[in-house]
Amino acid sequence: MKTFEFKYVRFAVGLVLKAAMLMVFIFPFLWMISTSLQTFRETLSFPPTWIPAVPQWRNFIEAMSAGPFLTYAKNSVIVTTSIIVIQMLVMIPAAYAFAKYKFIGKNVLFGMILLAFMIPGQVTFIPVYMMMADWGLIKTLMPQIIPFMSNAFGIFLLRQYFMQIPEEIVEAARLDNASEFKIMWNIMIPMAKPALATVALFSFVSHWNDYFWPLIMTDSASIRPLTLGIAMLRETEGISNWHIIMAGNVVLVVPILIVYLFCSKQIVKAFVYSGIK
Amino acid sequence: MASIAFERVTKTFEKNVVIKDLDLKIEDGKFTVLVGPSGCGKTTLLRMIAGIDPQTSGKVLIGGRDVTRIAPGQRGVAMVFQNYAIYPTMSVRDNIEFGLKNNKVGKAERNQLVETISSTVGLYDYLDRKPSTLSGGQRQRVALARAMVKKPAVFLMDEPLSNLDAKLRAQMRIELIELHKKLGTTFVYVTHDQVEAMSMADTIVLMNQGVIQQEAAPDVMYRKPSNLFAAQFIGVPPMNVGELGVEGVRFGFRPESAVLADEAGDEHFSISGRIATREMLGSETLYQVRGANHAFMIKCTEDLFTVDQEVHVGVAAKQMYFFGADGKRIDEDHHRYRDYMEALRGKRNG
Repeated sequence: MKTFEFKYVRFAVGLVLKAAMLMVFIFPFLWMISTSLQTFRETLSFPPTWIPAVPQWRNFIEAMSAGPFLTYAKNSVIVTTSIIVIQMLVMIPAAYAFAKYKFIGKNVLFGMILLAFMIPGQVTFIPVYMMMADWGLIKTLMPQIIPFMSNAFGIFLLRQYFMQIPEEIVEAARLDNASEFKIMWNIMIPMAKPALATVALFSFVSHWNDYFWPLIMTDSASIRPLTLGIAMLRETEGISNWHIIMAGNVVLVVPILIVYLFCSKQIVKAFVYSGIK
Repeated sequence: MASIAFERVTKTFEKNVVIKDLDLKIEDGKFTVLVGPSGCGKTTLLRMIAGIDPQTSGKVLIGGRDVTRIAPGQRGVAMVFQNYAIYPTMSVRDNIEFGLKNNKVGKAERNQLVETISSTVGLYDYLDRKPSTLSGGQRQRVALARAMVKKPAVFLMDEPLSNLDAKLRAQMRIELIELHKKLGTTFVYVTHDQVEAMSMADTIVLMNQGVIQQEAAPDVMYRKPSNLFAAQFIGVPPMNVGELGVEGVRFGFRPESAVLADEAGDEHFSISGRIATREMLGSETLYQVRGANHAFMIKCTEDLFTVDQEVHVGVAAKQMYFFGADGKRIDEDHHRYRDYMEALRGKRNG
């Protein structure tokens, strides 16, 4: 009997802990959505309002018309997509080479890539800015793209994934007279889809949400991304219009949710790889 | 079709010499089996023929042509891997025709080839399936079809049956023999299983520690093993071996050439012992007979004895083998052969 009761206690404790954990993660998110639909008065009221009396959909219109948001959105899309596409072009062959080739200096080179991974952007932004200025690129989107053409974490993750793919599959393809490009394109990439989706999502989220780097690298609205646009909502009237800011944030987050919905299945797969025995 | 030759081939992995100055000729159109314990270098030889792990020095010739500088895909060889190495994201059809596409074979011809081959191996109804939905045996067939469709001059197989269950393995053995007969191509087959070697090979190449121990047809390998290693590798259970006590010479006999009896018979070699274990296998029974300083395995077609029973083991003179101190078999026309035979007689009931 005792063990029976113990089982229930354990289940209940587990449930409470899980719910608590979930709340920690989901609370800010719900808060954001709720605030985005409130009136200015409701945002300031105490105790705070959870469910707005009348959902204020016009907050979104107001947020989007407070600045050149179409330009911001366009910039965000261009910057993030270019980064992801270029990163794939650089990462896939690099990871394939590190995983499947033997060459002199392989470990040193790989170590250098990991080292680059560990240097924070806060250390490099001044020299990078100066370099971009030297190249005359400050008035373009390039300073937001060029420094992120390669992704050390992505190379690392993909390399690990490629290493799990049995050597024999590559050898079989070589015996099938496939070029190295074909092996990569027709065999490695389809097999590594989950890992690619994961890297792409991580990269998408971090660059879509990036605030620091574009803040440093841009000096005009025409090249600023959404994050900066939304941050600027704060200062429009001297007082913080939280409902408008949150409406802007919801707009910022929606694309990430959509991308995640498409990728989530692949991402789970990336961490539970199973080949064909 | 093509013969294969190794000329003074050496292979080193980092600093370990796995194969040193090896010479070997594999005949055109024959089913050659490379057999030996794991780590003996048999797979290394196969991979050198394929070109996926080329030799460190020496030459490999396929059809008389030195292929040292020729890429794996251009050598006219096809290989079936132990784990099949099927492309998991491609359908069965794509798997089979991947090599053809790379060799720029036209679509119409490709379709025709894929359909013929897939019917041959019984995969016609599975062409649009993904490999993950197939059974082990079917995946094996995909790997075979993928190799066959390229019409290679040489077929290489690296323990292709080791992942199948016993029943399927026996069936695939027969199918491979038939396939070889039909294609008439050179087959080079690697296995550690001597039953596979004996049942399928035209020629067995027995290897140990990177050195060829014997190269012969299965019946020769069984009847005239060139050394102690060959004698003990081929045959289940392996040949019984004992010390003769003269010049370091050892004697041996096969478990199936001994007779067991309640009383001592008049065979040339005869000893007594007690049955320690009995394994009834259906058509035959294996007994382990233990005496004062020996333990021999005896295979009988009749199941007449029980554990702990006292028995006499007898072996006829012509069924006995002798091996010198260097492990080499001592031939019947060796000048000391008769002396060894006499010495053996002296060991009666020892």
